[in-house]
Amino acid sequence: MSRSLLISLLLSSAPLAVSAETIAITNAKIETVAAAGEIASGTVVIKDGKIAAVGAGIAAPAGARVIDAKGQVVSPGLIAASTSLGVDEVNGVSSTRDESAGSEIGAAFDISYGVNPNSTVIPIAREHGITRAIVTPIGGRGFGGDQDEDGDIDVSTLKAGGEAKSAGAGLFEGQAAMIRLASGDLDPVFKSRVAQVVDLGEASQRVAGSRGAAITLFKEALDDARRYQKNKAVFDRGADIPSKLTRADLEALIPVVEGKTPLLVRVHRASDIHMVLRLAREEHLKLILEGCEEGWMIASELASAGVPVMIDPEADLPESFETLGARLDNATRLQAAGVTIVIQGARSYNNVRQVRLNAGTAVGNGLSYQAALAAVTINPAKVWGFADRAGSIEVGKDADLVLWSGDPLETSTWPVAVFIGGKQQPQDARILKLRDRYAKPADGYPPPYH
Amino acid sequence: MGSRVLWPAGCAAALALALSACATEIAAPVKPAATTQASTAPSSGPAKALPRGLDGQANPDPFPSTYRALPSRPTAIVGANILTATGQEYDGGVVVMVDGKIAAVGPAGTAVPTGATVIDGKGRWVTPGVIDGHSHLGVYPSPGVQATSDGNEATDPNTAYVWAEHSVWPGDPGFNRARAGGVTGLQILPGSANLFGGRSVFLKNIPAVTYQAMKFPGAPYGLKMACGENPKRVYGSKGRTPSTEMGNVAGYRRAWIDAADYKRRWDDYRAKAAKGEKADAPKRDLTLDTLMGVLNGEIRIQNHCYRAYEMATMIDISREFGFHIAAFHHTSEGYKIAALLAKENICMLTWADWAGFKMESIDGIQANAALAYRAGACVIIHSDDPIITQHLNQEAGIAMAAGNRIGLNITPAEAIAWITLNPAKAAGVADKTGSLEVGKMADVVLWSANPFSVYAKADKVFLDGALAYDRADPRYQPKADFELGQPGEGAFQ
Repeated sequence: MSRSLLISLLLSSAPLAVSAETIAITNAKIETVAAAGEIASGTVVIKDGKIAAVGAGIAAPAGARVIDAKGQVVSPGLIAASTSLGVDEVNGVSSTRDESAGSEIGAAFDISYGVNPNSTVIPIAREHGITRAIVTPIGGRGFGGDQDEDGDIDVSTLKAGGEAKSAGAGLFEGQAAMIRLASGDLDPVFKSRVAQVVDLGEASQRVAGSRGAAITLFKEALDDARRYQKNKAVFDRGADIPSKLTRADLEALIPVVEGKTPLLVRVHRASDIHMVLRLAREEHLKLILEGCEEGWMIASELASAGVPVMIDPEADLPESFETLGARLDNATRLQAAGVTIVIQGARSYNNVRQVRLNAGTAVGNGLSYQAALAAVTINPAKVWGFADRAGSIEVGKDADLVLWSGDPLETSTWPVAVFIGGKQQPQDARILKLRDRYAKPADGYPPPYH
Repeated sequence: MGSRVLWPAGCAAALALALSACATEIAAPVKPAATTQASTAPSSGPAKALPRGLDGQANPDPFPSTYRALPSRPTAIVGANILTATGQEYDGGVVVMVDGKIAAVGPAGTAVPTGATVIDGKGRWVTPGVIDGHSHLGVYPSPGVQATSDGNEATDPNTAYVWAEHSVWPGDPGFNRARAGGVTGLQILPGSANLFGGRSVFLKNIPAVTYQAMKFPGAPYGLKMACGENPKRVYGSKGRTPSTEMGNVAGYRRAWIDAADYKRRWDDYRAKAAKGEKADAPKRDLTLDTLMGVLNGEIRIQNHCYRAYEMATMIDISREFGFHIAAFHHTSEGYKIAALLAKENICMLTWADWAGFKMESIDGIQANAALAYRAGACVIIHSDDPIITQHLNQEAGIAMAAGNRIGLNITPAEAIAWITLNPAKAAGVADKTGSLEVGKMADVVLWSANPFSVYAKADKVFLDGALAYDRADPRYQPKADFELGQPGEGAFQ
């Protein structure tokens, strides 16, 4: 109750957050990430939540609130392409985590039901310029932070753990959702069941016993889904035990075998990537790949298959036997080969900051600046199917924008203002409030009075 | 949670104690461990009477450094923007390295010895070598499989008897990645499962076949301690103590009581033996040797501790038993007690903004380092991670920006110390490395750009004046044995 009261207070005390407000951001360096490219000095007009105009020499409409950017940079809102935003509040507290299917179901798990729009993590993500995110399930609870007691962090966050459950169900982690990070939005999920997630390679080995066993089970599950689709009545009668999977799991796999819903496959080793591409051809699956540390080794194959990859440009360690070839210019090489790349940050908490900084890291390792920007804006929007609404600064798209103090990919930069659907967002992250409380000069009263 | 953060009472108590007599003890200079060979005869009388191996103080360095610098020649970097880590910045300055030492550092025009190799640093930046004050390279190496997981002797809450160096696999490919990120010095620590995790070791980041060949000559040992959630979770889940915060604190105090008693017995023995009286030496105990080393001011406490109130408790314990804590690590709440840390001369190591992954890190903020720095604390940005260690320069940039966002006006000349001189201080090697000062080890990085930039890369890395890494020259890009014949062949960029 106090939290919703707090939010309503924030909204009421934030005069900027008016839905129909017309805003003109002038004197801005505009990274459109569209055909217009970089506009050295121009104006973006926001009206009715949409981008109404963008370009040099555009006048602010009468009555618009004018924000003089004074040469600062405007970019599209960034998109975090595979995260636990809204379903993982404190990684080490299992009661706050809702990103795993558990032991009863697999493919049927719909992560969208557990998204908490009041998560304190969401305002933190906005502080890193993120306006939309894809929330993806992971396997097991052994994810991040708690495996070694060695200081408690785990950067191998692209790799899911894998808790033992029934082998058939366990291969499928469940269905991803897409969220928008607008403050006060009680229903941030703008599309659910946008992909089915599966972990292959070592993670599948832990579930099924070996890679070969995992693929066999995987193909069997797809076959079962097709049989189920053709004759649901047989399953309903329960006359036999036709599948290891539950009815709900089979139902969830139908759009996957139809090639309508993409399969998000977390895969790392070159040979495993090659195998997944072959499998997708045989089974007529639509693929998105995540991880792909050794993707550069088969970049041309990925390019000709037209499969997009979501990668971490910091991954350069042989942290496991399936990432022996990891290297810092993976993004550069994949891009050069013609692969659509999406650059990720870590999954959770304020580590989503890595979205923009990882794009900068990729530039430091040879990727062009515009390609890096695209990899955190328009590319994820395309890959996840909402490029008609977001991902670039073009007339008619949702006004999801960030005004930055400088280069959005640089360490020294912070967001001056974040707009989602044309509304300027409050910069009210808990960590900023803590900062301000303790930054106040001492007045004899302890900080809880501040 | 809120009820446990006893700010008013805890803060007042800690501040009151900060004014007490402890100040004389905390400034005790660190005596570097002897680096002589094991055969050196003990200088004190009584030790001679004991069979070899029974007197820990007779040979405090049984695994001595065999480090040898790489071949070097006189080298000058001319025209770069130089950050000395002592607050100086020379735009277009000169650094000269001769015989492994910094021979000169200064503005344009500083003399370059004839015959020196001159590197054009124009448009580039020079800093001291980066020092990672919290690393598990070698003890949690890549690949991270069960067979190489050697960082935590999680079998007893007090394993002060283990030494991290004995777990260091020098072949960890992570060392090469870190060097390419400008890291020249590393404090390798045991994990945080235990109240007392064991001794840390300070390494030169040089490719080697043995860890002894990486050991920084003369560096003091550290003792890893851990506050908070990890020890109580690890042992509580086994039905053992500690299972609570209070159990943790009792565990520390019981161990220090044993250590104080051990020290008393050894001191008594030595006093009697010196007077020629009959005396029985206590039986040597590896755990208590290490703790006694702390009480004697020879071993430095490196304490994993996130919470403000826990750090205040640890400071009280250090007073109760008469030792000094060199540094708190992780310190998500350092900003809450920065003035206390400054007053106690305790460094705080933290991340730029990695926080929130567990309850004890939930109050971590991006401005932690910057606020604490402005409050006078010795601030360090650390990694605890084989990826972050490769770009501590950028982590420091993020931490600096968080301060500048609220008007703290922290400059590169200041913040560079967070990843160089300050971690050297915390590890007890600041008299030898960590800054560009004449006579210090020439551990130097030439960066492609402002090192705090996300785009900056280490172009050249010098260890003791010798070229140890060159981004443009494969001859200076060492590859780990493990990676030969593997995909990528250890070429990571």
